[in-house]
Amino acid sequence: MEKEQFFKHKFLPVTTIVLAIILLWYVFAAALNAPFQRDLDRRGNVTPTALEFIGKTLSQPKPTLPAPHQVAQNVFENTFLRVPTSNRSLVYNAWITLAPTAVGFAFGTILGVLFAVGIVHLVALDRSLMPWIIASQTIPILAIAPTIIVVFSALGIDGLIPKALISTYLSFFPVTVGMTKGLRSPEIMHLDLMRTYNASSWQTFWKLRVPASVPFLFTSMKVAIAASLVGTIVGELPTGAVAGIGAKLLAGSYYSQTIDIWAALVAGSVLAAVLVGIVSIAARIVDRSMGGRTA
Amino acid sequence: MRSFHFSWQGMLAILFCLLAIPALPLLAADAAAPVSSGTTFVIFILIVAAAALSFMRLSADLSAATLFFGAHAAGWLLIAGISGNEGKAQASFFILIAAAWLLAWRCVSVLSSMRSHSTAGNYTLRLLIPAIFGIWILIIWEAVTRGAGVSLVLLPPPSAIGARIANSIPTLWIDVRQTILTAVLIGYIIGCASGFVVAILADRFAFLRRGLLPIGNFVSALPIIGVAPIMVMWFGFDWQSKAAVVVIMTFFPMLVNTVTGLAAAGNMERDLMRTYASSYWQTLFKLRLPAAAPFIFNALKINSTLAMIGAIVAEFFGTPMSGMGFRISTENGRLNLDMVWAEIAVAAIAGSVFYGIVAIIERMVTFWHPSIRGGQA
Repeated sequence: MEKEQFFKHKFLPVTTIVLAIILLWYVFAAALNAPFQRDLDRRGNVTPTALEFIGKTLSQPKPTLPAPHQVAQNVFENTFLRVPTSNRSLVYNAWITLAPTAVGFAFGTILGVLFAVGIVHLVALDRSLMPWIIASQTIPILAIAPTIIVVFSALGIDGLIPKALISTYLSFFPVTVGMTKGLRSPEIMHLDLMRTYNASSWQTFWKLRVPASVPFLFTSMKVAIAASLVGTIVGELPTGAVAGIGAKLLAGSYYSQTIDIWAALVAGSVLAAVLVGIVSIAARIVDRSMGGRTA
Repeated sequence: MRSFHFSWQGMLAILFCLLAIPALPLLAADAAAPVSSGTTFVIFILIVAAAALSFMRLSADLSAATLFFGAHAAGWLLIAGISGNEGKAQASFFILIAAAWLLAWRCVSVLSSMRSHSTAGNYTLRLLIPAIFGIWILIIWEAVTRGAGVSLVLLPPPSAIGARIANSIPTLWIDVRQTILTAVLIGYIIGCASGFVVAILADRFAFLRRGLLPIGNFVSALPIIGVAPIMVMWFGFDWQSKAAVVVIMTFFPMLVNTVTGLAAAGNMERDLMRTYASSYWQTLFKLRLPAAAPFIFNALKINSTLAMIGAIVAEFFGTPMSGMGFRISTENGRLNLDMVWAEIAVAAIAGSVFYGIVAIIERMVTFWHPSIRGGQA
């Protein structure tokens, strides 16, 4: 019964849409690559049949839009057929991007939680800091991330730390907002109950506020880890074609290696999906060990 | 001792003043325009007097006013003393800045415990408290960069950035027009509108909704900003490619939020509409879209920042000779950091204004929502 529901309400629609997207992708690839191919054929004085022509548009070395199988092939080659330590391996580049993301996310989460605790307990902080935390996100920090990296490297600080700082900046905000909401989520009834127990504010914090905030924390951590990955990728842009997914994107854009760009995009997406997945699993484990019921 | 009112910030400020005395003078001996001992004395008096007065059990208004005056007058005198003497500040200078900052903190604490009876008063308080916080960030930034003589290439002081903004308004305006008024605005409108239309379609056809929503949720966690080089290749270097990046970035948040919002109308209300024999479109326009408005505005707010980010980052992958991202990357290469910071300041102001406009429209449209009725927004 339940399996049938899953098939009918989840698997079938999602697969259909995914297949439709892939089909559309092929159509667009053929259409977008056609002008260049026509040009080539005219110069080479070949008159291919319609089927041959379409086949050729889907196998150009530097297509405007690479066909899905070209991207898949590139991803497969650069993931499984290369030594993981080679500069061209996607595993290596993903690893280079992962380290600052993880460090930045960890710092961002800690900072966000500390801000939230301060904001919930000190009225002065709530009223003076909170507006600036919101305003800080209207600064397109991502847009100036490359500048920050360059300034740091002028100071002689290179590598992981500056990228991690940008990740931290992007990831602390969702955690602060979510955690503030979470720490304030216990109802007045429950707070009153704690008061009737003569609980100290320390006890109220650990035994009521913290457990109540856990679901909020994990929801915001999912947003935060995706944000910190974006921060790292953008932070990699000015380092030129050194290493990392962002550097791969920039190098591909310099040399018009479209298939490489798409492969780097796929690698980044897989990385994002894995990271969000890890946080979700952690959330489920914590939820279960705290006695949460499975929804 | 009921007339005595202890505060650790005031205590610490007086302690700092005592600490600063043996570390005098404020500036190094070879400073070009030394601060007179009279001015130094006035600074000490201001800080100690404000701190001491805050210990008395005065009315909150009076206490806040004294603290405000003491902290800011001392801060202003200190900053004024540094001009002409960049990089010559001694330890006592920074200790006194810290003491003045503690007084400002105390002032903010007093202000935030105040409750005004009039709405205008409350409104002023809500603006004043974060304003003091922001001003002190600038004061400390200015004091550290100029007092310690930090190179302009590393971090320019706020005054230099302000001067740069005032001097290059035409250039900044060209960049704002190129990036914000063209790329961001057009991309934002197209992206939000198409996301909204697809959400309505997805709502009409359950199959589409079940298929699109998981994908939309998935895509919103992906680093979409990475499509920037591809869009630059497709649409060329001008604003069209930036607008395309913005469209892609804003589409999915709008889609996901609108679909969620359309499910927000209660069953009771929907049943009521059915008893009225209203059609799908009547229910949509009269019940479900208004109920979805908070969600839609949430997406509009998120998208306002995303759009700015998308357009500026996309300019790193190639631009014509104007635009904020272009200016930031080229001036950075020439080590004109004051121009870079001027662009950042303009971007921040433009972003805040954009966000603010969306928030004001939200207030007018969803005036009935509890979060606005309660006046907390």
